[in-house]
Amino acid sequence: MSELLTIIDRDGKTQKGEDPNLPPEELKRLYRLMVHTRLLDERGLALQRQGRIGFYLQATGQEASHIGAAYALKDSDWLFPAYRQPGILQLRGVDLEKVISEWFGNDGDTSKGRQMPVHYSYREINFVSISSPIGTQLTHAAGAGMAAKFRGDDTVFMTFCGDGGTSSNDFHSGLNFAAVYKAPVVFVVENNGWAISVPQRSQTSSESMAIKAQAYGMPGIRVDGNDILAVYRVCKEAVDRARKGDGPTLVETVTYRMASHSSSDDAVRYRDAKEYEAWQKKDPIARFQLYLKHKKLWNAAFETEVIESGKAQITAAVIKAEARCNLPASSMFDDVYMNLTPQLKAQRQELMDLIAKGGVGAECGHFPL
Amino acid sequence: MTATEAKTDTIKPGMKVMTMLEAITDAMRTEMRNDDRVIVFGEDVGKKGGVFGATLGLQDEFGEQRCFDTPLSECGIIGAAVGMAVYGIRPIAEIQFLDFIYPAFDQIVSEAAKMRYRSGGEYTCPMVIRSPYGGGIRGGHYHSQSSEAYFCHTPGLKVVIPSTPADAKGLLIASIRDEDPVMFLEPKRIYRHGKGEVPLGEHVVPIGKGRIAREGTDVTILCYGAMVSVCEAAAEESAQHGRSVEVIDLRTLVPLDEEMVVASVQKTGRCVVVYEAPKTCGYGAELSAIVAERCIEHLEGPVVRVAGFDTPFPYTLEPLYLPDQKRVLAGIEKTFVW
Amino acid sequence: MSKTKKPAATTKAPPKVKARAKAATKPRGKQLAENSLPRPGFAAVGNPPSHTGGLVRVLDDEGCIEQGKDPNLAEDTLLFLYEQMVQVREFDRRMLMLQRQGRIGFYGPILGQEAATVGSTAAMEMRDWIFPALREGAAAMMRGLPLVEAINQLIGNGNDRCKGRQMPCHYTYKEGNYYGMSSVIGTQISHAVGAAMAAKIRGDDVVVLGYLGDGATSANDFHSGANFAAVFRSPCVLFCQNNQWAISVPCSKQSASETLAIKGKAYGIPSVRVDGNDILAVYVVTKAAVERARSGMGPTFIEAVTYRRLGHSSSDDPTKYRDEAEVKEWERKDPIDRFRRHLLRRELWDDAKETALKERIAKAVNDAIAAAEASGPPADETLITDVFAKVPENLKTQLTEVLALEGRRVNDGAFPL
Ligand SMILES: Cc1ncc(C[n+]2csc(CCOP(=O)(O)OP(=O)(O)O)c2C)c(N)n1
Ligand SMILES: Cc1ncc(C[n+]2csc(CCOP(=O)(O)OP(=O)(O)O)c2C)c(N)n1
Ligand SMILES: [Mg+2]
Ligand SMILES: [Mg+2]
Repeated sequence: MSELLTIIDRDGKTQKGEDPNLPPEELKRLYRLMVHTRLLDERGLALQRQGRIGFYLQATGQEASHIGAAYALKDSDWLFPAYRQPGILQLRGVDLEKVISEWFGNDGDTSKGRQMPVHYSYREINFVSISSPIGTQLTHAAGAGMAAKFRGDDTVFMTFCGDGGTSSNDFHSGLNFAAVYKAPVVFVVENNGWAISVPQRSQTSSESMAIKAQAYGMPGIRVDGNDILAVYRVCKEAVDRARKGDGPTLVETVTYRMASHSSSDDAVRYRDAKEYEAWQKKDPIARFQLYLKHKKLWNAAFETEVIESGKAQITAAVIKAEARCNLPASSMFDDVYMNLTPQLKAQRQELMDLIAKGGVGAECGHFPL
Repeated sequence: MTATEAKTDTIKPGMKVMTMLEAITDAMRTEMRNDDRVIVFGEDVGKKGGVFGATLGLQDEFGEQRCFDTPLSECGIIGAAVGMAVYGIRPIAEIQFLDFIYPAFDQIVSEAAKMRYRSGGEYTCPMVIRSPYGGGIRGGHYHSQSSEAYFCHTPGLKVVIPSTPADAKGLLIASIRDEDPVMFLEPKRIYRHGKGEVPLGEHVVPIGKGRIAREGTDVTILCYGAMVSVCEAAAEESAQHGRSVEVIDLRTLVPLDEEMVVASVQKTGRCVVVYEAPKTCGYGAELSAIVAERCIEHLEGPVVRVAGFDTPFPYTLEPLYLPDQKRVLAGIEKTFVW
Repeated sequence: MSKTKKPAATTKAPPKVKARAKAATKPRGKQLAENSLPRPGFAAVGNPPSHTGGLVRVLDDEGCIEQGKDPNLAEDTLLFLYEQMVQVREFDRRMLMLQRQGRIGFYGPILGQEAATVGSTAAMEMRDWIFPALREGAAAMMRGLPLVEAINQLIGNGNDRCKGRQMPCHYTYKEGNYYGMSSVIGTQISHAVGAAMAAKIRGDDVVVLGYLGDGATSANDFHSGANFAAVFRSPCVLFCQNNQWAISVPCSKQSASETLAIKGKAYGIPSVRVDGNDILAVYVVTKAAVERARSGMGPTFIEAVTYRRLGHSSSDDPTKYRDEAEVKEWERKDPIDRFRRHLLRRELWDDAKETALKERIAKAVNDAIAAAEASGPPADETLITDVFAKVPENLKTQLTEVLALEGRRVNDGAFPL
């Protein structure tokens, strides 16, 4: 149960017969996505440090884990993400300006500035609104899977949580429901070793996260989360199983949170530097780069092009997003219900009247987490 | 502070200037020294010292037996706390944000709150649930809500909300010593705002007693938590227009110091109720009802609520959502002109 | 999925553990005073069995001890176990009758599960704590809760320890370290674990037994309770009465897992699946788990496979949702008959003893019913006492106002579940 499935070894070579043999263009695309995801994260953190956005959360070190997983889906399949899978946005082609507008919470944000940064929602790519309470998406995915099954369509649902998320109520109910109803769901636990300052050993006494699947009667597979091909292969099998009607799978991707929990956290206070350094050597992007090198798909020029194009796209998007307008005060009252209630109308009027007189607005401090 | 310093302090209490956050830590430290049944646990409270730093230094001083991290399960945190309290130790459970308490809601309302009653007094549940709540830190709806009303609506729970560093310490110590489960809600917006003098060592502020934060004769403002300083500022501004405003900091929502509320409103004849939570069915609705029931013949104007809007808590527009000085002033005026 | 190991540990020789020998020589409490039992030839402390697939049994269907498995219990222990089971069954039968006659409002029978409850509770020391679920009232009575007090609770009269505030079957018995549960499924699991954590923090030599049903394995508290128990190595035993049904939902629809025992394993908790209708197996398995916990090795999860032969409660009609043939089959596996056959075989029991026992129990139950029915209702003030340690003013006002009114109503609604 605790064996770890790996395809690309340290030298970038693949084990015999394990390589999924993706076409060269696809391999290069995956590499580009990983690099761009990391660049986007770097920019997000920089903007936060400069005080231009309020909060940021990076997925650094986990690019293979979540991009590899989502790559196993068809575009028509749905995602119920947690907050650490930004690579999926680029994989599914969300306009960067939209993504970055979400950080600013301006009028280009599809969530209308109602959520903290990185809590995306993109209906056009079947990417369901992220919520901060840990784990709640797991039951949603189970329910959506049940619904698809009732309707007889062949959509597959992929949902993510962290190692910490396995302790949540919804992990228990979500996996139990999915298994009992054989819902077409793939549960991806990105085990990055930490839940803010709580290490895995204080989170659970289970041998692994994958073994938890047994409690629900579904297969649980443990895969090297820094090996994008291994993650892809395992998830592809799980997605195929789900689509065939064979029910859910739990995939544990073993990876590492290279950054602090978020822009508000300082991991140095509770984490051993040696552990970090050890994982730095296992960087998923470097590993995949070696693999591509072996396949003669990577060279310095390609690298430069990937990085430069990524930076340029991001910079352009930041400029456009930052130039956008703030949301009107009245928008606060929309979308509570489909229609405004009489009470909300009155409250909106009251606020507009006060604003007309000027000077309304409380002072706000900083986010600690 | 070293242990010996604290000892001398206990004998001869002095004062120290602290933030509310420091006062809260000090309260826990004081009680953990006083009573070895007291333990602290929750997510990230150990090495990290809590995401706001409220438990900083406790694990170092008291060890991992008495201050420890838990798995990411609010249900487990509160459920285990109930078992501990029933067994006879005094848990202080930290819920990282009040917004994340719902997985434990069942344990709080069905178990902790009813333990004494349902067992005919055989088993009791003296425990404190500490949780930062309220807006003002750019936290969006999952790090900002004020859901005190849910807990006030549950018989068997006490609900305490401090508004100053000294009260935070004194009320938390009283909560830890209380024989009933206490929801100790900490207005995180003022965790580090404005320091205040706090007595070192022993300092108890009794649960169930309000505080007149500012005396006045024309209108009473009822408020708590982070709204108290907003209301004080509004009262100050109102004074410049010749209105004498009395500000009452409730400190304890359950059990409420009803006599203080009634006496003040009977004196002033006007009442504004200020709270951050959504207006409808908020705690202020209860206050308004009490004033209507008990002060009707003294009232010279409508009881006015100034509250959060009936929307989820926004991110970008947060400054507009939170009741501020201007809105409180407008509320005061409404009690005069209607 | 995973291959289940052969239950090799069953044949292991009993290990010598100093710490527990001390614990066993100083028994407290009434009925269990003779409880200085020989160590069962069963699970090794520190080398816990994980029988998540097979079924641990000591007695075969005919009541013979399976080869090499004799736990060598003292005779009086065997008789104690038997008499308790018979008493539980008779009490249960009579209480259900009282409910049918309208003398109590509700009752949750345990017919068929006597061995699981009696065997597991008997394996605990009196200083250990018990956190029951729906069907373990017998544990309170085994620990000394007088029958009349139990019936006071069922009636909800003025002498009820719960002061008539809970539905029937929600006993509480603090002197017996028996905790008063709520109706909310699963919540007691976290409480049991929390109490065990507290015992560990205080350094008390106390083990906690937490009961739950098969349905409760789906509850939030099962997940967090089991996880906390494992992470904090708390000295507890989680005992799941898999009676195959959660009201009308069969275990197969409750979970897709191979067994319930395997769920414990997923948390890193050693787990055992035991024949819940075999009192000796239940006893030895629980005893081993308790000893493990006591020696600091942490929790154990036990799945006792048994069957709920009657409706979920007095309000339920199981013929609507299950096949009577299934019930008939389990009647043949009756735990009391099985153990009686064993005692008869060993000549520890005979018809005369059986008749005498039944007469004794019948009289005790009759006397208890009469005494309990003589009590009046709880006093009006109990409406407002015990909400808080001190009665707050507003509650006093509320009660005074209501009592001042004339023609107070009496609620006559019936409970549906
Ligand atoms: C119900 C709930 N409790 C607490 C939190 C605060 N919190 C935010 S992230 C986090 C840790 C999550 O760890 P993990 O699931 O491993 O995900 P990771 O951050 O490592 O990706 C915590 C405790 C929350 N968001 N929701
Ligand atoms: C949280 C909760 N949901 C639903 C119920 C209603 N209910 C009472 S008992 C029961 C079934 C419990 O089944 P199980 O755990 O197997 O225990 P058993 O009745 O078989 O002993 C249900 C659904 C409840 N009491 N609590
Ligand atoms: Mg993590
Ligand atoms: Mg059952």
